[in-house]
Amino acid sequence: MTKTQVPAVEGLFTMGDDGEDPRLIGGKGGARDSYFFPKNMGGNDPALFGETERAEVLLSNTGTIWSFTTSSYPPPKPYVITTEPFVPIVIAAVELDNEKLVVLGQMAPGIVVEDLHVGMRVKMIIDVLYEDDDHQYMVWKWEPETSGSETQKPEASAVQEGN
Amino acid sequence: MEDIAILGAGMHPWGKWGRNFVEYGAKAARDALADADVPWEDIGLVSGANTVRNGYPGWVSGSTFANALGFQGAQLSSSYAACASGATALSIARAQIHAGVCDVALVVGADTTPKGFFAPVGDDARPDDPDWLRFHMVGVTNPVYFALYARRRMELYGDTPHDFATVKAKNSRHGVHNPNARYPKEFGVEDVENSPVVADPLRLLEICATSDGGAALVVSSMEYAKSRGISDPVRVSGISTVGPTYPNAIVDMPYLASDSWNAVGDAEHTFKRDIAQVAYDEAGVGPDDLDLAEVYDLSSAYELDWYEYLGLCAEGEATKILHAGDTSIGGRIPVNASGGLGAFGEAIPAQAIAQVCELTWQLRGQAGGRQVADAKVGLSINYGMFGHGSSVIVRR
Repeated sequence: MTKTQVPAVEGLFTMGDDGEDPRLIGGKGGARDSYFFPKNMGGNDPALFGETERAEVLLSNTGTIWSFTTSSYPPPKPYVITTEPFVPIVIAAVELDNEKLVVLGQMAPGIVVEDLHVGMRVKMIIDVLYEDDDHQYMVWKWEPETSGSETQKPEASAVQEGN
Repeated sequence: MEDIAILGAGMHPWGKWGRNFVEYGAKAARDALADADVPWEDIGLVSGANTVRNGYPGWVSGSTFANALGFQGAQLSSSYAACASGATALSIARAQIHAGVCDVALVVGADTTPKGFFAPVGDDARPDDPDWLRFHMVGVTNPVYFALYARRRMELYGDTPHDFATVKAKNSRHGVHNPNARYPKEFGVEDVENSPVVADPLRLLEICATSDGGAALVVSSMEYAKSRGISDPVRVSGISTVGPTYPNAIVDMPYLASDSWNAVGDAEHTFKRDIAQVAYDEAGVGPDDLDLAEVYDLSSAYELDWYEYLGLCAEGEATKILHAGDTSIGGRIPVNASGGLGAFGEAIPAQAIAQVCELTWQLRGQAGGRQVADAKVGLSINYGMFGHGSSVIVRR
């Protein structure tokens, strides 16, 4: 029997249609275009002081790697360790294409740090974070964007400016 | 703003002692009072820096430490600002002294830490807590942030893992001379490079450990110092407890995302650049006036960021002043003469206080084998996650 796939935490991302076009669920200010992730947890723009509600928006699911690293030792709870022995987690901070916002996430399984460079193009996928007898608990991860645009070395200035 | 006097400093050595944190704080406090030659009965305010990992007594640290020393009717304050807690506790003491609430105050913080990575406090699931979310959803430990910043330095400035290891080696040479350090041992660059990777490119010897320890200061009005016959005390001339200005574009602990700089701001803005400026402005000094600095080397590479955030060198030039020996004892602006967090590990609520203890001893010429010659102005800096800035300028 196939397990039901559910988000590990509700309200942070959409799973996409059969895994296609998954998105992070963000917030957006009304008076000016500041974006937030998670929608209601990102610190406020003081210019939006008077706005009590944020519009819900789906954020870009592509971007460039701002920096990356590993968690080479098992993180403590509430992280759920799924492999024995522990396999180092590869983590990237990714600047989303349209929102000028950097979001952390794990890289897709099988990616090692040697595969990565700052400025590399990535896209968001949905993958298993952990599972139990009935469910697979899902999370967003980043995967090198290979179809369409090849991975490219960034120009240093472009990385610095971040736009 | 008028200065306050530092009359006494005391510490409990950093280590992994596994005893009650109250014991460390009380020991540090007794040492600070003895150093100040101020009777405990004279203390009008106990300003405690809290610990969140030791149950209720840790959340009411002002009361806890006062009780351990013997309640004598002092006013009490207990503050928490993560790793900046000690500076916040000191700022409260200064404010109460200036307000005339007390003449002399005890500032004290201590911690007992669990082994291994810091983790969210409590076992309950809290998806609305960024600190819980980052561990659960991505497995982001504190060293992951340190490593992301280190990798940025490599990308932007061409820094290398060898540069980072050099910082650790430098601080370990300083720490050898510190009796309060947890690791008073000299490590070479090769030792660092042979230690296991914790968060690529950072290795075990480059990551701040979690330590037990305690630190305390006795501070007073300048009049009170004079009344005790102390005409030339080390003085606190500036304290920064500043928070971020939106948007903080460099992602900070414990968040999974940066602020967006889409509507305003720029990609390089981090409030860590603003922390020292507030203290500089208060004290009326600048980076060129400093004789030494105690900075928050949560990792070896992080120390290099602070050189630039403090204005000790231009952006991207930190490794130049490192390799020129500027930041070693004997150099232009020694950094972490105490050995820094690399030699101590971190006892969260004690850390910002310990930095000021070191500056006090340095400015008095009491730092022994790690003495910075003729030190007159010193600065400490750190920050507490979620956005608490912390910087103190002392001078004599």
